Amino acid sequence: MHHLVDYEILRLIWWLFLGVLLIGFAIMDGFDLGVAALLPLVARTDVERRVAINSIGPVWDGNQVWLILGAGAIFAAWPAIYAAAFSGFYIALFLVLATLILRPVGFEFRNKIADPRWRSFWDWALFAGGLVPSLVFGVAFGNLLQGVPFRIDGDLRVAYEGSGLFELLNPFGLLAGLLSLAMLTTHGAVYLSLKTEGAVRDRARGFIRVGAPVSVALFALAGVWVFYGVPGYALTTAAVMDGPSNPLFKEAVRQPGAWMANYAAHPWMMAAPALGLVGPLLVWGLSATGRAGLAFIASGLGIAGVVGTAGVSMFPFLMPSSVAPSASLTVWDASSSHVTLFVMLVATLIFLPIVLAYTGFIFRTLRGTVSPADVQRHSNSLY
Amino acid sequence: MFDLDPSSLSRLQFGMTALYHFLFVPLTLGLSFLLAIMESVYVMTGRAIWRDMTKFWGKLFGINFAMGVATGITMEFQFGTNWAYYSHYVGDIFGAPLAIEGLMAFFLESSFVGLFFFGWDRLSKLGHLTVTWLVAIGSNLSALWILIANGWMQNPVGAVFNPDTMRMELTSFWELMFNPVAQSKFVHTVSAGYVTGSIFVLSVSAYYLLKGRHAAFAKRSMIVASAFGLASALSVVVLGDESGYAVSEHQKMKLAAIEAMWETEEAPAGFTLFAIPDTKNRVNHAEVKVPWALGLIATRSTDTVLPGIDDLVLRAERRIRNGLVAYDALERLRANRADAEARATLTAHAADLGHALLLKRYLADPRKADDATIAKAARDTVPGVGPLFWCFRIMVALGFFFIGLFLVAFALSCRRDFSHPLFLRVCLWSLPLPWVAAELGWFVAEYGRQPWSIDGVLPTFLASSSVSVAQVLFTLTGFVLFYSSLAVVDVVLMRTYIRLGPAEALRPSSAAPAHQPAE
Repeated sequence: MHHLVDYEILRLIWWLFLGVLLIGFAIMDGFDLGVAALLPLVARTDVERRVAINSIGPVWDGNQVWLILGAGAIFAAWPAIYAAAFSGFYIALFLVLATLILRPVGFEFRNKIADPRWRSFWDWALFAGGLVPSLVFGVAFGNLLQGVPFRIDGDLRVAYEGSGLFELLNPFGLLAGLLSLAMLTTHGAVYLSLKTEGAVRDRARGFIRVGAPVSVALFALAGVWVFYGVPGYALTTAAVMDGPSNPLFKEAVRQPGAWMANYAAHPWMMAAPALGLVGPLLVWGLSATGRAGLAFIASGLGIAGVVGTAGVSMFPFLMPSSVAPSASLTVWDASSSHVTLFVMLVATLIFLPIVLAYTGFIFRTLRGTVSPADVQRHSNSLY
Repeated sequence: MFDLDPSSLSRLQFGMTALYHFLFVPLTLGLSFLLAIMESVYVMTGRAIWRDMTKFWGKLFGINFAMGVATGITMEFQFGTNWAYYSHYVGDIFGAPLAIEGLMAFFLESSFVGLFFFGWDRLSKLGHLTVTWLVAIGSNLSALWILIANGWMQNPVGAVFNPDTMRMELTSFWELMFNPVAQSKFVHTVSAGYVTGSIFVLSVSAYYLLKGRHAAFAKRSMIVASAFGLASALSVVVLGDESGYAVSEHQKMKLAAIEAMWETEEAPAGFTLFAIPDTKNRVNHAEVKVPWALGLIATRSTDTVLPGIDDLVLRAERRIRNGLVAYDALERLRANRADAEARATLTAHAADLGHALLLKRYLADPRKADDATIAKAARDTVPGVGPLFWCFRIMVALGFFFIGLFLVAFALSCRRDFSHPLFLRVCLWSLPLPWVAAELGWFVAEYGRQPWSIDGVLPTFLASSSVSVAQVLFTLTGFVLFYSSLAVVDVVLMRTYIRLGPAEALRPSSAAPAHQPAE
């Protein structure tokens, strides 16, 4: 059965799906993260905080599955990436996990007791649950672009040679982290301007006027930095696209300018960075003229552009090794087997459309805004 | 028992976070169906009390659900963070059910749970009922895929070793999906969840009746819980997952260890009711046996022989020697990928390659092992007999106790008689027992899997990441502190809302309790 689709085509499809899942996560869970990170900024009183929290209250749980599914899909389709990245970014991921764990309990527990200290504690927990993952996911991308210090032995066991968390916080990594934070908080602010009323909406609109131009500036700065200062990686042996997934069967080198090679060879790929620049600019303009719905779409497109830019710049690399470039993990040698990629393709084609259909139904059912009056009227049944 | 190396510490961390996660999962599994049943009665009869029951138990469900979701995130990430070699070695097979779980089940459950809580005014009666059922179905489907993944760790079917990629690869998705171990585990685990949900409802209701509060609410809840609980308790024992233990070699070892059955017995083997297993001398003291019972339970026949531990160790030794042939061929193949003879030899002996890897605990190159080392590695395949023997028996005893409890509850419910304080008190104090049984069950299943992470394929000590002791100690300490505080918060909230009771908790706009209400 699995021979219906060639191995190299499946690998390409799963590279695309990886992008789709990451973008899906950044768009869907991204506004939850953004809203949580903006809590202290856009909502000052308890009622305002509840307006902001209840705007994402019924949907954050479903949105978070994009993260779970993303990790599961990497495990299933790119097990080598899953193994190398998750163990390499060990402490960083623990920070993400610890703060992500605070989110579900924060949403659920905050309103259960009226004591202001209790609520304030969970406000800060939710804030951390929005801020830390937004930042760390960006930092991780920034480090992937620069290459990560790992080696692979003959048993294909990955050994990470970095010194841990602080090494990840290098200047370019931090820039990528700030870019991610700026985009996701802007995205969250757009969502709030669409789904809330009153002071929260006004402050969210105010934030977009800062967040959107900052996103554009940081993305442009990252682009210039990659062009002049971040060496890329290139294969030095011909790519065997349908060979066994063994990263030691090829050779690669670190090479200045290599991350620009794909754009020179395929100019249409410039669409991704263009989208990353135009998206936030449109958000800025559309939001200023009060078209929040279109601004949300533009914000999603901008996020897709930024994630897509990282993907096409690095292709076919997924996780380059800075200390042993030939051990880098690429689309052609880090995937699952032909059979597994095929099975997962079938499962995705069946279930992803169903997921999208009921997600659409749920958002339509929940259409409308959350106002201060709403949360006061339902002080017990809402979050 | 635990050395201070990354693998042992990671095991401790995984075991701890998994057992902690499973404090919340069974209640989600059981309570979601109970909510769906209660709401169905509401939709059919139109009586508001059934809607209030759904909402109030739903509130408690929500507190528990949040903890389940929060602690579940950790589980999926840990395979990558702490078990990177495992992820590389079997990700091709093991990742698929986890990803499909997300796509098919967890999305369903998590997307609709928001509508369950916030959709009462936005959906028709029937619409909301559908949502509740979808949450219940989603959470149970979730369990199915997780147990397919776990079942494969116990009985790795449908996969083969690929020397070019140095890992196991999927050959048959159907075998993975319809793995008999996974199927019996699924039925056993979700039934245990239904029992947990039912005892939770039973015992909280008993608390109200003892206090003389919310009688109409509590009695109706008790009727539903006793009927659903009785069916589930019967299913959990009758369809116990012991039936899956006879299908593979190491499952047989687990079974023999649980039974402290040192020597092979004539079929059908007896069930040891009581014994003090003596691991050193490989005998049992003060043994009390029920003839035939084990053979009947484990093999569903009177003539299938169940091998004892000593025989299984001998078999393991043979498999190690056979595995060494495979290991040697693999080394030759790695030196020269074109060596067709080595490839053929490896293919012929690949099933036992994992057994040769057991020797890596003692030697970097297993081929240098002498007879004594091989014998030692073979003895390593015996999991800890004492803890397995006792944990299993306590779990089974609890299972029978639940049947008895629900029988009485069901009989009393049929007569609408809820006036026996002793019975109500037994219900109340039984509250922690299903959790005890569930945790013991997982302990037996996973501790009994040792020394393997994947039965017969990959030893646990080889499966971990190349992380430092300091890193794992840091996260382990972090999880212990973090999870302990969360547990306190969870219990405080549950108690607060149970004491508050349905009338107060469901008032649309009362202020939430200022702090813990007075008794």
